[in-house]
Amino acid sequence: MRKIGITNRLTSSTLTIAAFIVLIPACVTINIYFPAAAAEKAADKIIDDVWQLKPGQSKPDEVPPVKPADSPAK
Amino acid sequence: MKKLITTFSLILITLFSSSWVNAAADLEVNTPAISAIKNSMQARHPQLNPHYNSGAVGLTTDGLIAVRDATAVPLKDRGGINSLVAAENGDRNALYKEIAAGNGHPEWAGEIRSTFATRWVDKAQSGWYYQSAGGWVKK
Repeated sequence: MRKIGITNRLTSSTLTIAAFIVLIPACVTINIYFPAAAAEKAADKIIDDVWQLKPGQSKPDEVPPVKPADSPAK
Repeated sequence: MKKLITTFSLILITLFSSSWVNAAADLEVNTPAISAIKNSMQARHPQLNPHYNSGAVGLTTDGLIAVRDATAVPLKDRGGINSLVAAENGDRNALYKEIAAGNGHPEWAGEIRSTFATRWVDKAQSGWYYQSAGGWVKK
């Protein structure tokens, strides 16, 4: 009985260590991927601030893009 | 055995929740360093804006700006245009580096730069110039 108990404890700690060895690199691998969508969102936020663009609004200080209705037909 | 299962489940829960949080999280762009660079660029923009409009300065493929046509710069501004562009590029390079470092991944700087390069062009006004594989293009 005593021998089995030791074996069990050994197996238990071996498995725990094995789990760490396998799963920690896996976790690191997940984080290595570049979050493209998040980066795009961050870029938009910064560009809107730097260029003073208000998302979803017309640009108050900027020349508006060519309005097709106002331009004479070619 | 019970202890083993508990330990194992705890490890799994921790790892899965952390990876899920990482996948869902936005990039941090509100560090003091990033804000300082952003403010500096924002303050410079009114000086650069007329040069974007005239086509004197254009957006490059590497997320920077460059003097495209110095003759389009009014004589009074011509002396300062290079230092203005250099200052802006210094800020932009620092910005990409800071965003990567601020999120714990300095190796992301290159990908952040290319993301920005695309978004600067997408958000540019019509009439502004940007660089493409074939040279300068008017938006």
